[in-house]
Amino acid sequence: MAPAIHLRSVVVIAGRFPVLAGVDLDLDEGSVCAVLGANGAGKTSLLRLLAGLVPVEGGQATILGHDLATDRQALRHKVGLLGHDAGMYEELFPKENLVFALRAARLDPRRAEPALERVGIQGRLARTPVGQLSAGQQRRVGLALLLARRPQVWLLDEPHAALDSEARTLLCELVEEAAVGGAIVVATSHEPNLVLPMADCVITMAGGVIFDNQPGLRRTPGASHVA
Amino acid sequence: MWRDAWLVAGRDLRIEVRSRVALWQVLPFAILVLFLFAFSFGPQRSQLANSAPGLFWLALLFSTVLFAQRARALEGSPATREATRLLGLDPAGVFLGKMMALCAELVLLEILLIIGVIVLFHVVVVSWWVLVSSCLLAALGLSAVSVLYGALSGESRMRATLLPVLMLPIAAPVLIAGVRSFQAALEHGAGLGGRWVGILAVFGVVYSALGIGLYGPLEEN
Repeated sequence: MAPAIHLRSVVVIAGRFPVLAGVDLDLDEGSVCAVLGANGAGKTSLLRLLAGLVPVEGGQATILGHDLATDRQALRHKVGLLGHDAGMYEELFPKENLVFALRAARLDPRRAEPALERVGIQGRLARTPVGQLSAGQQRRVGLALLLARRPQVWLLDEPHAALDSEARTLLCELVEEAAVGGAIVVATSHEPNLVLPMADCVITMAGGVIFDNQPGLRRTPGASHVA
Repeated sequence: MWRDAWLVAGRDLRIEVRSRVALWQVLPFAILVLFLFAFSFGPQRSQLANSAPGLFWLALLFSTVLFAQRARALEGSPATREATRLLGLDPAGVFLGKMMALCAELVLLEILLIIGVIVLFHVVVVSWWVLVSSCLLAALGLSAVSVLYGALSGESRMRATLLPVLMLPIAAPVLIAGVRSFQAALEHGAGLGGRWVGILAVFGVVYSALGIGLYGPLEEN
C-alpha cells in the first residue's frame, strides 16, 4: 500500500529562495514523526507544504491521495496545523472560535465544548476573548480545535512552546490518541527530549533538506509522563 | 457559497461589535469630517446646502477607506488566515460574507451621515427613494471594492497607504454618480436621479462579480 504521505525531491520556493530543496519523506497512517533542526532549517516550511499552503515547484508530493501539484485545496480540510500563533480570532471567545471553525469545516459545532473542557478551557476562561488569554492558554485553544476537528494529519510547529507541564502531558496524550486513531502527526521541535518520546520516526533537517531519517522507532509507552 | 457567506458575515460583525472600532473610531471620524467641512464653509445656509451632496459622498469615501483597512484586519494574523484556509471555505463565499458585513456597516454610516447633512447643512430631501436607493447601491459597490482591494493589497507593509491609492480612483464613479443622484434627490430631479442610480447599480454588480471570481486567486497568491 502506498504511504499516506509521499514526498520525492520536493522543492518549495519562497521569493527566490528554495526553503525546501529536494525533500524525500514517506509516512504511513498512525505514525508520529518528529522533525528536528536548527532555525531556518526548513521545518516550518515542511509543515506548510504538508498542509497544502504552499505550491510545489518541483518533485512529487502526494498526501492522502491528493497530488499537491494539482489538488492542494482538496487536501486542506483534512489537515490541522498548530503553529507558533494559534491562529484564532483574538476578539472572539474560545468557544466562538471553535464553533466558527467547525461550522466552516461542515462539522458538528457541539464538538467545541467537550474539546475545550478536555484542554482545561472552561468557566471564566471560556468567556474571555482569546486575545486576552496567555500564550499557553491560546495554545490550548488551538489544541482544542485539533481535537474537535479530528483531522487526518496533525501538523504541530514547536507544540511544547509556552505550555506548562500539565499541558505538555495532555499534548502527548492527544498525540498518542490521534496516532492510535490512524492520524499522522508531524511535530517540529528544538527540544528532542520532549518530542522524541512520542515519536516513532525522527527526521533532521538542515538547509531545506532532510539529511537524517530514522524510521521505525518505537514510541515510548506513556510518553506523556516522560515529558 | 451562501452558507459560507452568512458564516463569515456573522464572524466579521461579531468581531466588529466586540472590538467597537467602527463605533468609536470610524463613525466619529465621518461625523468629524462633516463638522470640519461645515466649519470651513461658514454659516451661509445656501452655500452649505449646495455643497452638501459632495461633502456627504467625500465623507463616505474617506470613511470607506478606513472600513476597508478594518475589513482586512478582521481576518487576523497571517497564521489566522492560514488556519481559516484549512477549513475549506468557498473563497467566493468568504468574499460575499465580508462584503455583506461591510455593506451593513456602510449603511449604518450612511444613515448617520444623512442625519448629519440634514442637521448641519440644512438640506431638504425631496426624492427619498433616489437618495435611499443610491446609498444602498453605493454601499454594495464600495463594500465589493473594499474587500477586493483589501485582498489585493494583501500582506504589504505599505497597506495602510497603498489601499487609498488603489481604491479612491476606482471609487470615482461612485462619487460622481452619488453626488448627482443626491442633487437630484434635493431638486425634484427623480427622473435624472434614476439614471445615476442605474450607474451605481452597474458598478455594484460588476465589482461584486469581479470579487466573486478573483478573491480566491488573490488570497492564494
